Amino acid sequence: MSSAATLEKAPVRPATKRAGPAASRRDRWSRRAPLLPALIFAIIVTQVPFLVTLYLSTLSWNALRPGSREFTGLSNYATVLSDGRLRAALLNTVVLTASAVIVSVLLGLGLAILLDRKFPGRGIVRTLLITPFLVMPMAAALLWKHAIYNPAYGLINGVLGGDTDWVSSYPMVAVVATLVWQWTPFMMLIILAGLQSQSLETLEAARVDGATGWQTFLHVTLPYLRPYLELSALLGSIYLVQTFDAVFTITQGGPGTATTNLPYEIYLTTFRKFEYGEAAAAGVVVVIGTIVVATFALRVISGLFKMEVSR
Amino acid sequence: MTLAACSGAGGSGSSSDGDSKTITALMVGNPQMEDIAKLTADAFTKETGITVKFTILPENELRDKVTQDVATQGGQYDVVTIGAYEAPIWAKNGWLHELSSYADKDSGYDSADLLEPMVKSLSGEDGNLYAAPFYGESSFLMWNKELFAAKGITMPERPTWQQVAEFAKQLNDKRAGVAGICLRGLPGWGEVFAPLTTVVNTFGGTWFEKDWTPKVNSPEFTQATKFYVDLVRQYGEAGASQAGFTECLNTFGQGKAAMWYDATSAAGTLEDASASKVAGKVGYAYAPVNKTRSSGWLWAWAWAMPKTTKQADAAWQFISWATGKEYEKLVGEKLGWSRLPAGKRTSTYNLPEYKQSATAFADITLKAIEEADPTNPGLQPRPALGVQFVGIPEFADLGTKVSQEVASAIAGKTSVEKALADGQKLAETVAEKYRK
Repeated sequence: MSSAATLEKAPVRPATKRAGPAASRRDRWSRRAPLLPALIFAIIVTQVPFLVTLYLSTLSWNALRPGSREFTGLSNYATVLSDGRLRAALLNTVVLTASAVIVSVLLGLGLAILLDRKFPGRGIVRTLLITPFLVMPMAAALLWKHAIYNPAYGLINGVLGGDTDWVSSYPMVAVVATLVWQWTPFMMLIILAGLQSQSLETLEAARVDGATGWQTFLHVTLPYLRPYLELSALLGSIYLVQTFDAVFTITQGGPGTATTNLPYEIYLTTFRKFEYGEAAAAGVVVVIGTIVVATFALRVISGLFKMEVSR
Repeated sequence: MTLAACSGAGGSGSSSDGDSKTITALMVGNPQMEDIAKLTADAFTKETGITVKFTILPENELRDKVTQDVATQGGQYDVVTIGAYEAPIWAKNGWLHELSSYADKDSGYDSADLLEPMVKSLSGEDGNLYAAPFYGESSFLMWNKELFAAKGITMPERPTWQQVAEFAKQLNDKRAGVAGICLRGLPGWGEVFAPLTTVVNTFGGTWFEKDWTPKVNSPEFTQATKFYVDLVRQYGEAGASQAGFTECLNTFGQGKAAMWYDATSAAGTLEDASASKVAGKVGYAYAPVNKTRSSGWLWAWAWAMPKTTKQADAAWQFISWATGKEYEKLVGEKLGWSRLPAGKRTSTYNLPEYKQSATAFADITLKAIEEADPTNPGLQPRPALGVQFVGIPEFADLGTKVSQEVASAIAGKTSVEKALADGQKLAETVAEKYRK
C-alpha cells in the first residue's frame, strides 16, 4: 500500500516545483489558505501545552502552598537530574521498554512466520491473535492483575498449583508479560505485512539453488525483513516508554520502587507531592529522550520508503 | 440568607420563586455516595428546585482532581467531598467556605448532634467547621465466629496485638486456604499506612514529635512496623503487598481469613447476605492495642464548598440536606436501614430501625469513633492533627513513598530497617520546612 502511495505522490512533486517560479504569489497562497486553519490548530494543540510546560518547569510551584509560585530558573532540572528516585525510574523505564519491545518483536516474528503460510481457519486465527491489541490498556492490566496473577484465584496458580505471589515476587516480569501480550499483535501485523510483500520469485530462486528452508530464512527473508523489524521495534519503543496503565494498575510502582517508571514517578510528583515545577521539568526531560528515539524512528521509516521506491 | 432559612427537610416554599438553579458536585464513588446520587432528584430537587449535577470518581482519582481544581482555583465545582485529611489543611490555605455560620443559622440542622471527633477533625484552626460530615468511621477488628468456635478460641472485647498475633498463628490454615488475618499491604498513604499508623501509635511511635523531630526510624516505629510486616508475612493473606481495603473485604467476606483489622464502615457490606458469605457470622472487637488504651483511626467523608463557588447558598442547602437527620431516614426507608450514612450524628444511634438492623456493629462503631482523638492519638504530643495520618500537605507524598518501601518489605524484597531508614530521610526533608 505504501508503495502505491509513494508512486502516486512521485509525479505530483515535480509538477509543483515546475509551477513554483512561474505561478504568482497569490496563486500559491490561494492553494495554501484552506490548509492554514488546520495548520494553526495543529500548532496550538501540540505546541502551546509544551511551551506552558517549559514555562512551568522554571517555577518553584507547590500547588498545596498558595502563594509559593516563583521563578527559579533551571533549579528544577538540577533537582530532576540529581534525584536518586528519578534515576532509578529512568533505569526501570529502559529495562521495561527494552525487554517488552525485544520479546514482543521476537514473538511477533514467530507468529508472523506461522501465519504467513496458508492453512484452514487462518482468518479466524489472525483475528484472535490481533485481539489483545484492541483491548484497552487499563482493562488489560486489570485482567492480568486479577484473573491471571492473583495468588488466590488467578489463572497461573490455578493451573500450576502453589501460592506464588507473582506480582510481588517478579514485579518487572509481571508488568513486561502484560505489555508483551498486548504489543505482540502489533509487531506481528507489521512483520506479516513485510513477509507477504516478499517476492515469490526470489524464494523460488533460492530453492532452485538448493538452499534449505533455514538458509533461505536466514539469508534471504531476514535481511529483507530488517526494516520492518526496526520499524516495529522503534514504534513500540515510542509507545512503551509512556507505559502508565500497567504500572499504575498492577504494581503501583512497587514493591518498593521496583517497577516505578518515569511516567509513574511524574504522576506521583504531580498528584502526591503537587510539585508542578518539578513534574514539568521531569516531563521535559522525558520528551527530549523520546524525541531522540523518535528521530531514529523517522529515519528508519524514510529509509523504508526509499527502499520501496528503488524497487 | 433567605435561602438558608428554608433549607433542609422543612423548606418547601423555595421552589415557588421559579428560579431554578443548578449546582455541580464532585464526589468519591463509595456506595453511600452512589445512594445520594440516586435519591437527590426525587427528594432534594423536587423540594428546593435546585438541580445537582454529580461527577463520581474513585478515591485516588477524586483526590487528584479535587485537589487540582481547588488548589488552582479552577472553580468547576460548587460542592466537593473531601476527607478528614484535607479539610483542616485546605481551610488554612483559604480554599474553603466556613460552614459554621451557615449551620448556626439553619434551625433544622442541629450541629450539636454531630459527633465531637468528627467536628474536631473537620474544623480549621479558627474553630469553624469547614466541611460537613456525610459519614464517619473508625477502625476495629472483625473476626469470623465460626472459625474461632472451631478452635475453641474466645476473642476479648479489647484484644492486644500480642493476642491477635497468637490467634492468627492458631487459625492460619494454609491447606484450607484460610489466612490467620487480613491486613492491607498495598502502597499508598491511605492504604497500608491507615492501619499501620494506628499500630505505630499504640506501640508508642510517631511520625514526628511535637517539635517536628522525625521519628520514622525510632525503635518504637521500627518495632511496630516489624510486628505488622511479620504478622502479615507469616499469617496474612496471599499477595499481601497488593491487597488493599477492597481485596481484604473480598478475602474476609469469602470466609478466607479468620480476622480482619480495618474500617468500621466495612461492616455494612459484610452483614449484607447478598454480598458476603459471612453475614451474621462476624464478631467485632475494638482496635487491638499495645501501649495505649484505644487505637482506632478516625475518618470522615465530608461535603465542602470551595471558595470559588458562586452559589454558596444553594450549595449549603444541599450540604444541609445531605448531612441532615431527615436524609438518613430517607435512605433507611427507601434503600434499607443498614445502608444509611452513619458515624456522624448521635441521633443515628437512637433510631430504632437502625439499632435493629445494625445491632452487631453499631454500638462498637460509635464508641470507637468517640474514643479516637485526632489531636493526641499516641503516647506523645503531636505537631499536627490526625490519627492515621499527619495533617500536613506533604504527608500524602511522604506516606506514599514510605508505604512503597513497606510494601516491598511485605513482599520480602527489603528489610523494615532499610525501608524506615529511607523514610526517615524523606521525613527530615519535610521537617526542615516546619522547624524554621
